[in-house]
Amino acid sequence: MKKNILTLLDSPTFLNIIASLIAVIVGLIFGFIILLVSNPHQAVNGFMTIIFGGFNNGIRSIGQVIYFATPIIFTGLSVGFAFKIGLFNIGAAGQFIVGAFAAVYVAITCTWIDPSIHWMVAIFAAFLAGALWASVPGVLNAYLNVNEVISTIMMNYIGMYLVNFLVLKTIFDPLKNQSQNVPEVSLIPRMGMDVLFKGSSAGGGFFIAIIVAIIIFIILEKTTLGFELKACGLNRNASKYAGISEKRSIILSMAIAGALAGLGGGLFYLAGSGKHIEVVDVLANEGFMGIPVALLGFSHPIGIVVAGLFIAYMNVGGFYMQIYDFTPEVIDIIIAAIIYFSAFSLIFKKLTISLLKKLIREK
Amino acid sequence: MNNETTSPNVVEMLNITKYFPGIIANDNITLKLKKGEIHALLGENGAGKSTIMSVLFGLYKPDSGKIKIDGKDVSIDNPNIANSLGIGMVHQHFKLVHNFTSLENIILGVETVKNGMLKMDEARENVLSLSQKYNLNIEPDKVASTLTVGALQKIEILKMLYRKNNILIFDEPTAVLTPNEIIDLMKIMKNLTNEGKSILFITHKLNEIKEVADRCTVLRKGKYIGTIDVKNTSKEEMSEMMVGRKISLTVDKKPSTPTDTVLSVKNLCVKNKETGKNVVNNVSFEVRKGEIVCIAGIDGNGQTDLIYALSGLTKISSGDIFLNNTNIVNMKIRNRTLLGMGHIPEDRHKHGLILDYKLNSNLILQTYFKNTFQKYSFLNFKEIEKYSDYLIERFDIRSGKGSKTITRNMSGGNQQKAIIAREVDRNPDLLIAVQPTRGLDVGAIEYINNEIISQRDSGKAVLLVSLELDDVVNLSDKILVMYDGEIVADVNPNNVSINELGLYMAGSKRSVS
Repeated sequence: MKKNILTLLDSPTFLNIIASLIAVIVGLIFGFIILLVSNPHQAVNGFMTIIFGGFNNGIRSIGQVIYFATPIIFTGLSVGFAFKIGLFNIGAAGQFIVGAFAAVYVAITCTWIDPSIHWMVAIFAAFLAGALWASVPGVLNAYLNVNEVISTIMMNYIGMYLVNFLVLKTIFDPLKNQSQNVPEVSLIPRMGMDVLFKGSSAGGGFFIAIIVAIIIFIILEKTTLGFELKACGLNRNASKYAGISEKRSIILSMAIAGALAGLGGGLFYLAGSGKHIEVVDVLANEGFMGIPVALLGFSHPIGIVVAGLFIAYMNVGGFYMQIYDFTPEVIDIIIAAIIYFSAFSLIFKKLTISLLKKLIREK
Repeated sequence: MNNETTSPNVVEMLNITKYFPGIIANDNITLKLKKGEIHALLGENGAGKSTIMSVLFGLYKPDSGKIKIDGKDVSIDNPNIANSLGIGMVHQHFKLVHNFTSLENIILGVETVKNGMLKMDEARENVLSLSQKYNLNIEPDKVASTLTVGALQKIEILKMLYRKNNILIFDEPTAVLTPNEIIDLMKIMKNLTNEGKSILFITHKLNEIKEVADRCTVLRKGKYIGTIDVKNTSKEEMSEMMVGRKISLTVDKKPSTPTDTVLSVKNLCVKNKETGKNVVNNVSFEVRKGEIVCIAGIDGNGQTDLIYALSGLTKISSGDIFLNNTNIVNMKIRNRTLLGMGHIPEDRHKHGLILDYKLNSNLILQTYFKNTFQKYSFLNFKEIEKYSDYLIERFDIRSGKGSKTITRNMSGGNQQKAIIAREVDRNPDLLIAVQPTRGLDVGAIEYINNEIISQRDSGKAVLLVSLELDDVVNLSDKILVMYDGEIVADVNPNNVSINELGLYMAGSKRSVS
């Protein structure tokens, strides 16, 4: 028993999970305090809604959780993948919306494509557009040493305005100030989700998200490409010494990261939930959610899937808080608190180690 | 000696034990420092020297054991407490502000102020009188970044004196110094003890212990081995205590029989990007099969740039480099490696290893793309495991969890062995080894030197860069001295004295034009 705990303490995965769990718990406690302050009478009810709200409407709510989780899993994978290579991809919002536009454009205009593969072509376009969008900061970083944090942030705005412009010029629906409806035939197949989670917007995108997460895991852990990219992320000098091209690694990993975010955008807007690209000057929130998802999932593909589901669950629960007179924004504050505390993971890890050690010694 | 009985102990560290995950860094160690003595702390890398000093300096908390200063129990929780108890430390890597002057560096943290304003005059007087008293000549108004390493060390020492520290810890102080500076430092240390200071001297150089230390405590693998009187103990005995077995302090090697040229460098120049000055200036030389050519010189005379140019880490500005008769000037690093270049880099943490990778990943860092280790770009973990277990066994690389150990958690000597295993086992025609024994202990040095010689004897060309004169003279078949980016001497190690080499290294003599 003693020995088991000691070996667990050496396992980084175990510590990561514990640290994320502690962050969630501390964040929830913090959230409860906020609820107490803003409306003491309903605080307990409200808190229960956060915790169980995701199941409020049974199977339908779970379907909604899956629907909201899908895009943030993709942007989380995007941020997490880049982070493994030592790059901060703050540009998932731009890559997401550029991918979304590419998919919607192909879905609406390229009607000559065979309907059975139309949606695949559309999301492949999203994949390419995201990759292209992110490879610009990649090239700038590799050849001109431009910090990718700044360039990806800038690319967010360029992407947003460019998409607004292109929507206006090509697939605009002036009545609703948004993109036109996507034809039924080019939507992502529901893959049984509509039967399983009746009445929700859950679709086949979630399965694709899981498959992509597994592929990313395999690339990172099992292939020479992952070996090179991670080496480059951990020590650029040593990678250069070992003959690994750091420029290639940087550009490639940014492109893959962008492709993931783009794919997420494409899948979300072709999910058939009635979502349209609105011509407004707002960055895609799903893009920024990728950062906390990656952080909470400690950049591990499987962790990111779990973290994405969790944050989506919280959001769905937060929606129902309106019943108790709370604004849904409260849930954003609580999620922000959880993310905030997950940045303390190092402290939580240390605390866990010393606490467990104390327990062992007392025994 | 007489102070065995007369002098009181200023520091007593009794039965100190310190655990780290998976290892006991200090296992029941007792160390007593007498007033006015130089007490050496000897041990291999990973023996626990740094840990016990960090405990004394308040950087680590011991898991058990007591510390007494001047006979009183104390608990040293942080370096500030250590400081107030009169303990000062010169770290191996200096802790100075580069754009501050010597004087500013010395008083930093304990500035004399009046109404919130600096009072430099008073501080200057104090510092200058200290520097006179202990014969530590400094230039108070020169900016630290313009000073030599030896001068910086004097600033570090004055920093301790200015804080009225009486217990001085020197952590491997000679590792960065030239031979003359080492002699100076030894004098300074003796001076300090004459004035009543007590010194703890961490090192693994037996010559220096013989030279200055009164007593010596030996640690091995975290355990206390013994405290000896330096006068009555031979170097061989000390090294045996340290390593746990007999060690040969001289290098055995046959005369070399060089054959074909493997590396040929012609009129090589490398420009510094910022200053535009040639840091490698018109350098030409050859290395043949079966010989060890050593590039000697004081640090910073272009050796690093020369090696970067050969290995492809930096671009050259003019000249040619032939490896196995192929001009490799425009070749990528990977292709140079495949053409037969092995490179043991100067900085094993910066270039040699990916510290957060497991040992097995580091062992295949130069070969992971070969067909044995991957198929359709999927890594073959079985083969990787097999190969790294073979290397670990052949090169005796020790670590906590074998090939799965995170490299960062290994001792310096074993990290270096891992690099050597990786580079040597690839069977390169040319082995470039830059300071392969830097920071290592006697046992590891012996091993690495023997490996280099056996590479030579098996017909490899070896290019060795070293700052240690002992290594230069013991290992090489030919010595090239670099000064200010140029090769100023090309000598046979059998026909040159250490003194003469020193002159070449200092730039005051030339044998080639």
